[in-house]
Amino acid sequence: MNSTVATPAKPAAATRPGSPVVINEDANHELAIRVEDLNLWYGEKQALKNINIDVFQKNVTALIGPSGCGKSTFLRCLNRMNDLIRSVRIEGLVEMDGRDVNARNMDEVALRRRVGMVFQKPNPFPKSIYDNIAYAPTMHDLVSRRADKDDLVESALRDAGLWEEVKDILDQPGTSLSGGQQQRLCIARAIAVKPDVILMDEPTSALDPISTATIEDLMDKLKTQFSIVTVTHNMQQAARVADYTAFFHMGELVEYNDTKTMFSNPNTKKAEDYITGRYG
Amino acid sequence: MSHSFDDISAQLKGRHRRTKRLKFMSMGALALAATFLVVFIGDMVMRGYPAFQQAELHVPVTYSEQSQEIPLAAVEEDVRDLVSRGWLRQLPRDMAADASLMGQTIDRWVIADDQVDQYLKGHKSHLKPKQTAVLDRMIENGTAELKFNINFFTTGDSKLPEYAGIWSAAMGTILTLLVTLAFAFPVGVLTAVYLEEFAPDNRFTQAIEININNLAAVPSILFGLLGLAIFINFFGMPRSSPLVGGLTLGLMTLPVIIITTRSALRSVPDTIRQAAFGVGCSRWQVVRDHVLPLSLPGILTGSIIGLAQAMGETAPLIIVGMVAFIPDAPTAITQAATVLPAQIFTWAGEPEQAYVERTAAGILVLLSVLILLNAAAVMLRKKFERRW
Ligand SMILES: Nc1ncnc2c1ncn2[C@@H]1O[C@H](COP(=O)(O)OP(=O)(O)OP(=O)(O)O)[C@@H](O)[C@H]1O
Ligand SMILES: [Mg+2]
Repeated sequence: MNSTVATPAKPAAATRPGSPVVINEDANHELAIRVEDLNLWYGEKQALKNINIDVFQKNVTALIGPSGCGKSTFLRCLNRMNDLIRSVRIEGLVEMDGRDVNARNMDEVALRRRVGMVFQKPNPFPKSIYDNIAYAPTMHDLVSRRADKDDLVESALRDAGLWEEVKDILDQPGTSLSGGQQQRLCIARAIAVKPDVILMDEPTSALDPISTATIEDLMDKLKTQFSIVTVTHNMQQAARVADYTAFFHMGELVEYNDTKTMFSNPNTKKAEDYITGRYG
Repeated sequence: MSHSFDDISAQLKGRHRRTKRLKFMSMGALALAATFLVVFIGDMVMRGYPAFQQAELHVPVTYSEQSQEIPLAAVEEDVRDLVSRGWLRQLPRDMAADASLMGQTIDRWVIADDQVDQYLKGHKSHLKPKQTAVLDRMIENGTAELKFNINFFTTGDSKLPEYAGIWSAAMGTILTLLVTLAFAFPVGVLTAVYLEEFAPDNRFTQAIEININNLAAVPSILFGLLGLAIFINFFGMPRSSPLVGGLTLGLMTLPVIIITTRSALRSVPDTIRQAAFGVGCSRWQVVRDHVLPLSLPGILTGSIIGLAQAMGETAPLIIVGMVAFIPDAPTAITQAATVLPAQIFTWAGEPEQAYVERTAAGILVLLSVLILLNAAAVMLRKKFERRW
């Protein structure tokens, strides 16, 4: 993202409420998304309480926490997918590129073009593999000539590590692929529109260990181009792929920390209990 | 304590018996329904089949100035009351159309009177013994025969049974259904799309939903009254026209299309919508590019079934004046017209055997079209269905 947000390159962020407790000096610290005092209600029920968090560019940020603690809800706040749920009411600031994403003058379609999403269950369109990738960029007028589309489809599939497997069957339905392949297709679909941020909600929970490892490798590669926010129930996965980890509990962000620190020496008792398996 | 297999089997026996009983009962119901259907269609074919044949007589026809004045003079005296009066009436017009006929005498097949027709088909007729004697002789030397009744498919209703055909009613049905389709399909589908994909879930939309469901259960004759009030009395559209009939049937079909379209839309998994929103589709793009294509087979099937229902409807059309004697096929949606079921209804009220035959034949035509429509529904479904 060619961000205009003025963020100090160094841990001055540490003084802000949303910054991680420990800053990984090697990581990129330009802000992708800044969340301030975010509260969310489903009808009467409050699902997110006073969330403050800085999401950095070109990092993998993992969200962990027990089931029902609000990870998916939080993730959906970042690309306004909660708009689709009628009972939702949101207060607070989600800022990207200096703009409040919930503001009246923010077009959620434009936001979702810059903040892509990969879902828990692979959900390719019931179209060909080719059209799965080409559909959105064509819709957004990123490409129009056939040759450009071909190039884009190939590069997206290569980035998603799927090209070798599907290059000869591009006209076959995306749903004919295996679960792991479908999920990589969905990742390719998300990166084809060149977003700044990719949200992933338990992207590997429906997959076998090998597909999971493939996607973890993929996230590691993709973070050179994109900011990734991922939800996972798999502690090892968080430890392996994430630069920063946020621990949610009952709608609150309990701890946000450098992943290494989070898994070796967490700041809070709750996070420690959860990570060591004594809780949740 | 655990149960032995024998304990469990003892209890299972009753359950298995009930399964079997249910199976036999449902098979019996199916057999009964199938029997009714076979008997009904068989009966219609038996009754209607004769209408597809028509007696014709091979007689010398004299085209002279006298026969132009008095058509009866064109044929010999003994067959004058055996040929169709309708054909005789047509004669001067034929001669005017083709001047070369004048002065010639041509041996040709002419359509026979309906009583002759009945006599040839072995039914009771009102012919006098003298006439039957002539006919018997003609049958013997092959100048009186049953031929394929092309007139049935090319003419409209007529007071002369041998000239009464299904064509104008068929045209009326086609025009009426086109109007129905053009009105109810877009309005119904768009309404359903709005209710399902755009509308907020509040009291108002719930009330609309309930009313639409109720509308589907309203007796069809009431739609006729509505059509009369709105289209004829208020908008002043022409009575008896396919325009009014089609719109009236459209009102009736609308709830069916809305309901089936909504359930087709609802059957599209939400994950597809999320995927589409996730890549930055606007709501309309989600609907147009993803939801509608996936629900199209269901929408088409529902609409065709709604149309088929409308096609078989007579009651509302009585009220807007489409159940009437219409000899000429309409060529525009503003002309007076009747429809197939109305034509059947009209013929069913006539005493002559020839009309009884035509009633059954008309039913066969109607059924064939309905079967064609349903086959089209199945084919469209197959064609667009993409269960990937
Ligand atoms: N559509 C909804 N309507 C009402 N309440 C909801 C809705 N979605 C989630 N919630 C509630 O909000 C809370 C947070 O749910 P959320 O799905 O964000 O949890 P999660 O951390 O993603 O859990 P999991 O790990 O099981 O996916 C839960 O208590 C849940 O019951
Ligand atoms: Mg979740």
